[in-house]
Amino acid sequence: MGTQVKDVVIKSDAPSALLLDKHADYIAAYGSKKDDYEYTLSEYLRMSGIYWGLTVMDLMGQLTRMNQQEISDFIKSCQHDCGGVSASIGHDPHVLYTLSAVQILSLYDNVNVLDVDKVVEYVRGLQQEDGSFAGDKWGEIDTRFSFCAVATLALLGRLDAINVDKAVEFVLSCMNFDGGFGCRPGSESHAGQIYCCTGFLSIAGQLHQVNADLLGWWLCERQLPSGGLNGRPEKLPDVCYSWWVLASLKIIGRIHWIDKSKLRSFILACQDEETGGFADRPGDMVDPFHTLFGVAGLSLLGEGQIKDVNPVLCMPEDVLERLGLHPDLLS
Amino acid sequence: MSGIEETSNVSSEFQEERSEEEVEEEIGYEDPFRYVFYRDRKEWADLEPVPQDDGPNPVVKIAYSDKFTDVYDYFRALLKNDEKSDRALLLTAEAIELNAANYTVWHYRRVLLQALEKDLREEMRYITTIIEDQPKNYQVWHHRRMVVEWLNDPSEELEFIAEILSQDAKNYHAWQHRQWVIKEYKLWDSELEYVEQLLEEDVRNNSAWNQRHYIISHTTGYSDPAILNREVQYSLKQIKKAPHNESVWNYLKGILQDLGLSSHPGLLEQILELKETHCSPYLLGFLVDIYEDFLENTLEHHEEVLSKALELCELLAREKDTIRREYWSYHDSIATSSPNEIGPVLRNTIIIFFNFASTNL
Repeated sequence: MGTQVKDVVIKSDAPSALLLDKHADYIAAYGSKKDDYEYTLSEYLRMSGIYWGLTVMDLMGQLTRMNQQEISDFIKSCQHDCGGVSASIGHDPHVLYTLSAVQILSLYDNVNVLDVDKVVEYVRGLQQEDGSFAGDKWGEIDTRFSFCAVATLALLGRLDAINVDKAVEFVLSCMNFDGGFGCRPGSESHAGQIYCCTGFLSIAGQLHQVNADLLGWWLCERQLPSGGLNGRPEKLPDVCYSWWVLASLKIIGRIHWIDKSKLRSFILACQDEETGGFADRPGDMVDPFHTLFGVAGLSLLGEGQIKDVNPVLCMPEDVLERLGLHPDLLS
Repeated sequence: MSGIEETSNVSSEFQEERSEEEVEEEIGYEDPFRYVFYRDRKEWADLEPVPQDDGPNPVVKIAYSDKFTDVYDYFRALLKNDEKSDRALLLTAEAIELNAANYTVWHYRRVLLQALEKDLREEMRYITTIIEDQPKNYQVWHHRRMVVEWLNDPSEELEFIAEILSQDAKNYHAWQHRQWVIKEYKLWDSELEYVEQLLEEDVRNNSAWNQRHYIISHTTGYSDPAILNREVQYSLKQIKKAPHNESVWNYLKGILQDLGLSSHPGLLEQILELKETHCSPYLLGFLVDIYEDFLENTLEHHEEVLSKALELCELLAREKDTIRREYWSYHDSIATSSPNEIGPVLRNTIIIFFNFASTNL
């Protein structure tokens, strides 16, 4: 019975110890060489890049190494007249970067750097008649944006600004025959979209609408023999799915369906012992995105040296505690 | 401009007898797009450049990064002045070439296309080339969608997307675009055939299975028993070709779960037959699901079905699918605690079916 399982093989000399100090050094130094090619190329997502860096530093207890004032000033100059926030100066506003900005400022307990009312107006204005959310004025629809919208408003305590029922209706219309969710109705189930939709339903208080057994099965099927998780069937594992899949399982109360020790080994193998940081899979180049999701995944697995991360908002639990935010989780 | 990229690490070839700066000064034309490296500037000619030793082609890398900054500096200048001109449109193409993920540049390009009333057919040709080069990017596909909408002409789409999918049959963006085009312009007719062709090429293509479900849901639906059975038999046929295939099992479960897995005539028998020759953890898991469906719907043969289900869960947890042992032990408890309330008519129907199948247990 020939089986072709798409997977990676973890070499015996792959890292097996958690190198938190190296990761903190990596993030602290990232972007300090402002003419670095990769850094320049990723300007169009800078706000999210900062969110990834700050969140992982906070999870490692190293937030103070980052420059709060510089970042707050930067965010302030990225809010546009319409209320939305752009990825960087001179870029157009978008709900993705609006959420990242609010998340960053929540870490610093300083959301009033932004005109909060205008942020709320901007998000409200993105909701469509069918309950869905556009990403920006150009109208791309995606359940990612539904999540960004409610997460932003939840952090600001302004969920009442949108039509939550209609928003729920749209997200549920994206539920597929396999229990998963895609970006629009009919789209293939994908772990990233599933995270956004379960996170959305948690914030909206509608997790009971999920078929937790069916979806939990689909999610735990993401685990490959190497221990790593992929994002949909027949795809290679990637450490960022340690977040999207694991957080989703935590939200629907099925995280124990993953083999935790095998996943942990995979995540640790994705570290780079020389440079610090995590890559998508063992041996590849590291970046802040995969570094956050590797560390956050380890936090969900109960790693003692890392602060508890909230599976819905991907922020430290103590920050949400301070905000009084307790999104639902299924048991 | 492209000359710079090709020869950027061999600047001597790029030099003319008079420097380009001298020529420009003479004709009074400043080409803001032409990037001049420091090594080409006459006021720096007294210094010997020392390349950094930090990896392969460091000079090329740094030069590229400088060019990037320079192009985007000019892009920002155009934005600031809200300049709507042909040269602005040309610059957006250059900026896109450097970074096709930059959504602000795409926005501005669309503003320019409309303000300058550009030929959208030409824009289709442009976006086709860009997508062929960078097919895994949200912005390029969204841009294409906008152009198709503006032209109200989907006639090239199915063929174009098929071509992109022939390079990567699971490109998530390509599939979204395909679903949109088909739904928006009602191009359902030959899609099932296309899906079957893709599944011939790779029966494990999860995107194709999803598309199959999409097409059928939006056309005939699954409520006609003949259609449902056709799909069940099609699935079983694909299982024989490649038993270890998550997608087909998810599909089979997906189309049957509303009615109940144990309700489909002859299915249990067919699965048990397949178990002998084309077994897999998915098949065993599917059997568990069928038995559980039985347990929820009938009192008869309860102990027997339960013991079969538990035996399979144990086999899966211990041997066939150990990585998911927690999931299988959950199903142990599900099976054991199945409710037994059911109406008499439904119960009798299931008993008849079960008696037919039970000789195979």
